[in-house]
Amino acid sequence: MSETNQKTDYFPYLLLVPALFITLLIVAWPLAETVRLSFTDASLNPNEEYIGFANYERILSRRFPEVIGRTFLWMSLSVALKLTIGLMGALLLNAAVPGRTLFRILTMPPWIIPIAIGMFIWGWMYNGQFGMISGLMQRIGLADGPLEFLAAKDTAFLATVISDVWIGVPMVAVYLLAAMQSVSTDMYEAAWVDGASRWYRIRRITIPLITPSIVTIGILSAIWTFNSFDAIWILTQGGPRSGTTTMIIDTYKVAIDRFRYGEGAARAVLIVLIMLSFSLAYYMVLRKLSKSGATK
Amino acid sequence: MINRYRWWEYVVIYGGMAVFLTFILAPFLEAFVVSLRPLDRIFSIPYRFFSEGMSFEAYFSMWKSVPLLWLYILNSLFIAGSVTVLSLVAVIPAAYAFARFEFKGSRAILGAFLAINMVSGAVLIIPLYRVMLQLGVLNTYMAMIVPGTAFVIPTGIWLLRSYLIRIPRELEEAAWVDGAGRLYTLRRVIIPIAMPGIIVVSITAFITAYAQQFLFALTFNSRNELNPLPTGLYQFFGRAEVVWNELMAASLVGILPVLILYVVLQRYIVAGLTAGAIKE
Repeated sequence: MSETNQKTDYFPYLLLVPALFITLLIVAWPLAETVRLSFTDASLNPNEEYIGFANYERILSRRFPEVIGRTFLWMSLSVALKLTIGLMGALLLNAAVPGRTLFRILTMPPWIIPIAIGMFIWGWMYNGQFGMISGLMQRIGLADGPLEFLAAKDTAFLATVISDVWIGVPMVAVYLLAAMQSVSTDMYEAAWVDGASRWYRIRRITIPLITPSIVTIGILSAIWTFNSFDAIWILTQGGPRSGTTTMIIDTYKVAIDRFRYGEGAARAVLIVLIMLSFSLAYYMVLRKLSKSGATK
Repeated sequence: MINRYRWWEYVVIYGGMAVFLTFILAPFLEAFVVSLRPLDRIFSIPYRFFSEGMSFEAYFSMWKSVPLLWLYILNSLFIAGSVTVLSLVAVIPAAYAFARFEFKGSRAILGAFLAINMVSGAVLIIPLYRVMLQLGVLNTYMAMIVPGTAFVIPTGIWLLRSYLIRIPRELEEAAWVDGAGRLYTLRRVIIPIAMPGIIVVSITAFITAYAQQFLFALTFNSRNELNPLPTGLYQFFGRAEVVWNELMAASLVGILPVLILYVVLQRYIVAGLTAGAIKE
């Protein structure tokens, strides 16, 4: 294809037109518009004026720092649990025992079904009077009376985390399983010949070799978790008393429920900046890994 | 021999597996049991897993209590199907461009596409609402299809690009020598060979689109007869007196299409979903 290098070839750009059109309309332009709106006092009132950094000053001086802290706590807890449970699940799924194909199939459903449907079911399970969890806890004596998980701040916080972990664990487990299966069997056999125990092989071969994948899915999972909207909205709508209001939920409430577009946009810009720093971390990790040749 | 386990290792593995799968599957099991329970038994204390008089009655009565249920399911299928078709129109040529052509800015543009995965629809909801308003598509299917499409395109491009890279160039070059145009080559040579890859991309897009219909429908649509399953059933979830057995029955029937699709095609789906997370 040497002749194509002579002059600029427009054909590849033409191929990109449909994809660019949709993403510019739905992502790029709204993103730019969000930044612009964040410097205005936009609301339902059609006249909007530029007010500089007033929105940012306002949200950073009020209760928003608390929301940021809560978001990071919520995300860290959820991601840590997803990685721990996901890694253990992957190790179990990787064992060469009868039934493993079935186990692998049974792992995925929470990730496949609509998040909303999963949350309807969890909403029922958290019901204090008649739900499964409170009921079982009373039966085995862990609770004296009905536990309304979604009615108190702390339990609602934990309950939304656990449901979010439930949604995210299958992906982490299956992803790490794929990484484990790409580890060459030679290494295991060499270690086995040397008399290394199974647990030793897991600790000294499997875990070190899949660490790049753990980091990768950890950062991706952090991004997804940070952006988690459906789960919290359906279970608690950010309540009780803002106990589960994360940055995404807060942004949605301010913008869509209270029509304060400018203030909402300033929150959204902060979220984008945080996501940007995550992505940068992700990119740097990947570059480092591809340099050291550890990635596939 | 390396894979031979001792008896206590079997106990650890199967025991751990049981705990892990209980966490994953307990909600589905509980939903099923609740859907079989008569309403007065659901609201009984103390909690019991099984109760008397279990029947499939809710599966019949729910069509009356949720009169538009069949429409919600059809809407969900229709929206996810449209997202899939629309995303293919965007993904196939773009993936081909990234896989086959060296052009200025190709790496930067590909990176920009992938960066979309970092943004969620909720962040962009304010301007998106105005875009939908200005296009005059609020309260239409379009308001749920087009935004959904934008968010499945990046993964689609990534998946199909890595598939197309592995197709030998000789095939296209032979077509060009025969005087075929480049668009013709894409249509008649590349697409047929790439069909397995395109199928993986389609299934992944469909599953993703089916799973993520809440936010855009909640925000951009207020016509009940256009609601997909998540927002359709959400109205019943939010009520003070939730008819739990019917809600659970409707939920389970609503996820049946994707569960069947998953069981039949699980190999492709797992490959597609996990590959979407791998970015070299």
